[in-house]
Amino acid sequence: MEGRFERIFDGGGLVSRVVYGTVFLVEKWTKEVLFGCHNCGQCLLSYTGYTCTMRCPKGLRNGPCGGTSAAGKCEVYPDRWCVWYLIYTRCKRLHRLDTLRMMHPGVDWSLVGTPSWVNLLTGRDKVAEPFGLGKETR
Amino acid sequence: MKLGELFQNGKFVITVEAGPPKGVDVKQMLEDVELLRDRVDAFNVTDQQSSVMKLGSLAVSHLLKERGVEPIYQLTCRDRNRIALQSDLLSAYVLGIENVLCLTGDYVTLGDHPSAKPVFDLHSVTLLLTLSRLQKGYDLAGQELKGKPEFYVGAVVNPGANPLESQIIKMEKKIEAGAQFFQTQAVYEPEKFAAFMKRVEGFGVPVMVGIIPLKSAGMARFMNRNVAGVHVPDHLIAEMKETKDRAKTSVEIAGRLIREMKGLCQGVHIMALGWERYVPAVLDAAGL
Repeated sequence: MEGRFERIFDGGGLVSRVVYGTVFLVEKWTKEVLFGCHNCGQCLLSYTGYTCTMRCPKGLRNGPCGGTSAAGKCEVYPDRWCVWYLIYTRCKRLHRLDTLRMMHPGVDWSLVGTPSWVNLLTGRDKVAEPFGLGKETR
Repeated sequence: MKLGELFQNGKFVITVEAGPPKGVDVKQMLEDVELLRDRVDAFNVTDQQSSVMKLGSLAVSHLLKERGVEPIYQLTCRDRNRIALQSDLLSAYVLGIENVLCLTGDYVTLGDHPSAKPVFDLHSVTLLLTLSRLQKGYDLAGQELKGKPEFYVGAVVNPGANPLESQIIKMEKKIEAGAQFFQTQAVYEPEKFAAFMKRVEGFGVPVMVGIIPLKSAGMARFMNRNVAGVHVPDHLIAEMKETKDRAKTSVEIAGRLIREMKGLCQGVHIMALGWERYVPAVLDAAGL
C-alpha cells in the first residue's frame, strides 16, 4: 500500500511532481483558508475540532497550558483566543471531547512544510500518529 | 528519605522554591536554603522562571545535592530542543539528581529576553514521554542507552484553569506519560480546590497544593489581573490592605490556607518569591 503511494508521489518523473505539487497546493490553500493551517505536515485537525494547534504560540499539541484567561484568551497575545479554549469548545459542541484524550508525540520537524495528505498516504507521518490513553506509551 | 517514599509513607510533603540568582553569586540563595533545610523535604530549583535569564537549574540542583539537600530539578521546553533536553536529563542523573519536574515553560516574550527564539520542540506531555523512554533505556530516536536513568517525576496542574475539564484531561495525559506527583499553581480558594481534588483523587497520584504568600494587596490585585487561573478573593485582599504588619498577615493567611487544604491533598509547595525568611513562620502557622 505504502509503496504504491510512494511511487505516485516520489517517482521523480514529471507526473509525480505535478501530482505532488497539486496535492500540496490544494491542501495548503484549502486548509489555510478554512482552518488557519500552519503546514506542519502532520495534521491533527480531525482531533482538535478542526482547529490548528500550530496557531498556539507554544505549539501545544496535547492540551492547554495554564495560561488561558477566564475569558478564554491567550496569555501571550491577550487579544487572541486561546487555541485550546477553541479546541475545547468546538469539540464539546461536536460531541468529540473523547478526541482530546489522544496522546500526540512531538512535531516531526522534518515534515514541516510538506503536504500532510501525502505524508499520511505514504505513512511518513506515523511518528505523529496519536494513540489513546490506556495504551502503552511509546 | 526519597520524595516518593515520603508520599508512600503518608507524610504530608513540604517543598519550597529555590530560585537561582541572576549571576553567579549564590550566597544569598544558599543561605535561604540553609534556613529552611530542616523544615522542608525538598527544594524546587526553578528553570529560568518567568522566562527571565538566570543561573541554570541543573547547576543549582547539583549544588544543593552536594550540601545534602534534596532538589527537584525543574526542566522546561522553552530553551532546549529534544536533543538538549534528553542530554540534560542524562546529565542530571549522573550528578545524582533524583527528582525532576517537567514543564512546558512560559513563553519568551513574558520574560526579560523577549527577542529570544522560542524553542518548544517538546512540551510538558512529550517531555514526560521522552523521560519515560529514557528510563526504559532508549532515547527518543529509539537508540539504546548505555545505562538508564531513573527519576521520581513530577508535573504541574492549574486547579483554577478555565475550562477545568481540558486541564484535567491534560493531567491524565501527564500521568499516562509518566508523571508520579503533581504540584499546583497557587490556590487561594479552598472550596474550589476541594472541588478540583474531588475530580482528580481517583487518579491515585499525590498532589501538592501551591501556596504563594501574599506580599501586599497590590500584589494580589496584580495576580488577579495578570496570572491566569489564580484568583485571590476580595476578603483576602481586604485583609492585606487593612493590616499594619503585612508580613504577619501574609503569614497568617498562608498558614490558614494550608490548614484548610492539607486534609485534601498530599503536600504543599510554597513559592515564597523572595520572602523565604517567612516560610518557617508560615509552616508554624499551618501546624506543620
